[in-house]
Amino acid sequence: MPTQAKSERLMNLVICLLVSRTFVPKSRIRQIVGGYGEQSDEAFERMFERDKDDLRELGIPIETGSNDPSGDEEPGYSIRRQEFELPEIHLEPDEAAVLGLAARVWQHASLAEATSRAVLKLRAAGVDTDTGALAAIEPRVAVEEPAFWPLWEAVRDRRPVTFLHRKAVGDAATRRHLQPWSVQSWHGRWYVVGYDVDREAPRLFRLSRVVGGVDPAGEAGSYAVPPASVVRAAADSLVPPRQRNLARVRVRGGCGYGLRRRAVTTQQGNGWDLLTVPYADGGVLADEVAGYGADVVLVEPDEVRRRVVERLRAVVGEPA
Amino acid sequence: MSRRPSGAQEQVSRLLSLLPYLLSHPNSRVADVARLFGVSEQQILRDLNVLWFSGLPGLAMGDYIEVDMEAVEGEGVINVSNADYLARPLRLGTDEALALVVAVRTLAAMPGTHDRSAVDRTITKLECAAGAAAERAAAVRVEVDGDAVAGVASAVRRALDEKRRLHLSYWVPGRDETTERDVDPMRLALADGRLYLEGWCRRAESVRLFRLDRIAGIALLDLPAEVPREARSRDLSAGIFQPSPDDLLVTLVLEPAGRWVADYYPCETADEIGADRLRVTIRVSDPRWMRRLALRLGGTGRIVDPPDLAAETVADARAALDAYATTVAEEPERRAEAS
Repeated sequence: MPTQAKSERLMNLVICLLVSRTFVPKSRIRQIVGGYGEQSDEAFERMFERDKDDLRELGIPIETGSNDPSGDEEPGYSIRRQEFELPEIHLEPDEAAVLGLAARVWQHASLAEATSRAVLKLRAAGVDTDTGALAAIEPRVAVEEPAFWPLWEAVRDRRPVTFLHRKAVGDAATRRHLQPWSVQSWHGRWYVVGYDVDREAPRLFRLSRVVGGVDPAGEAGSYAVPPASVVRAAADSLVPPRQRNLARVRVRGGCGYGLRRRAVTTQQGNGWDLLTVPYADGGVLADEVAGYGADVVLVEPDEVRRRVVERLRAVVGEPA
Repeated sequence: MSRRPSGAQEQVSRLLSLLPYLLSHPNSRVADVARLFGVSEQQILRDLNVLWFSGLPGLAMGDYIEVDMEAVEGEGVINVSNADYLARPLRLGTDEALALVVAVRTLAAMPGTHDRSAVDRTITKLECAAGAAAERAAAVRVEVDGDAVAGVASAVRRALDEKRRLHLSYWVPGRDETTERDVDPMRLALADGRLYLEGWCRRAESVRLFRLDRIAGIALLDLPAEVPREARSRDLSAGIFQPSPDDLLVTLVLEPAGRWVADYYPCETADEIGADRLRVTIRVSDPRWMRRLALRLGGTGRIVDPPDLAAETVADARAALDAYATTVAEEPERRAEAS
């Protein structure tokens, strides 16, 4: 059973490096760690290098060093307990319930697995997460876009990437080069924010518009991520703009809840109410008001009223 | 890791959590441990076999990890010893810290899920325990439309906790109607960055989803919630918008400025028809919603099929234009009244 033999050897290697208080040279490891036994020098070298890589990939911090500062002694390996172990953590019952809830958030396979492994480590450390509580709460964050995982890895490793991007349905795809800073979810859609190398400026991309794969385009750790305020500013187009303007609208009784709920003043009338409604963009407000048809009439400002009438006339087929 | 872990890597990763777990939870049943670790009982037995052959370097007598195999085969419980060097699990990896911290931060933005202070304390403790691995967690953000609906969310949460019926005034945008309904709450769900109440609507006699930001009024009733046994929660993994083949199929022609419709709503078909225009078909459960969309689109898109729907939309627009013409005439009088 090859897996069993390898797992044993890896476990014995971890234990050896963990319990030893000095750096253990490769030659000694070969003698005392079960599983390296009788094989050629070359085979041992290959096997040992592969084992070290496998353990490092699991996040095990294997250090190289020498016990002899003058460097005469063969270099060796060690695992420092403080670097290896999960630090002490104690959770109150309400905190354990939060953790249990958090364990159910991710709907994406890799992130759900990562969460499970994290929760398992905490359980192994004696933290009892409470997954039974709060069964009536369903916090779900989905990730449909295949581009998410490679971009998350690029953000994590600070590695530049390249991908094809299609601006809108039916457009041709263009090749982009990005230094990714952050991935964000807004209303169920994922976006990546970063520095567009070709355009020499920050850019935001919707992941569902990435066509095909995301490929590395540079070394890990080859750029710096700017302060949070800069990253936030680059994602600004996602944030609803401040509603600095006011409009007056007449709304038929029993209608227009979407406007009523954000009205700053409401003057009740005979079958119709007069509302003052804040807005950011006249075109967006005109769209909204037009949708209400004959149940809402925009009174002022004039320029937005004109735009509503323009939309209605276009539907009828009259010239604006 | 960019590539899938090998069989041995996966096993070792699990063993590094399994061993400390078994050391701190003596007499655990094999079946329970298997379930906890998400593997078969046979796999746990294979894992124990690996532990049995592991130990201190040199592997002399007394160096091996001790596993009471008789108890495993007999009562089906696990007891291990002589392995204090692995009494604590491995620290959290970057992906593990990220996944957990971002999940808890998302909960922080979701009113009604928990006491805010409990969430904040949990975040602090996790960040401490994760150390450097949690640094990148700030690079992943999930926005939740939470603040505006905090009051409604609290009421829903209370109704769920106390298992009481709710009375809702609920606004349906497509019809621009606010309807009154009694609802027996089932779940508070986050989907697509928005909060929903899932409940048994007593009026419709079926399970319904209510978006919290469309709840105009909410009150807890002095009645117990009675969710019928046959009520099934909706499978939200397919998304909130779930058209049925019985829904009306509407064809729209979109000008360049109206192409966002194809991005925003799930279309059954989308075809280029030249000059940067797009023809799309969309399934609609309530045609009134589509009529409103057509008015909003104005000149940037129009309904071409079914023709009746297109005609109704034109009638809607004419009625609206009449209202604008009338209001212009009335306005000077109203202003005179007000002043």
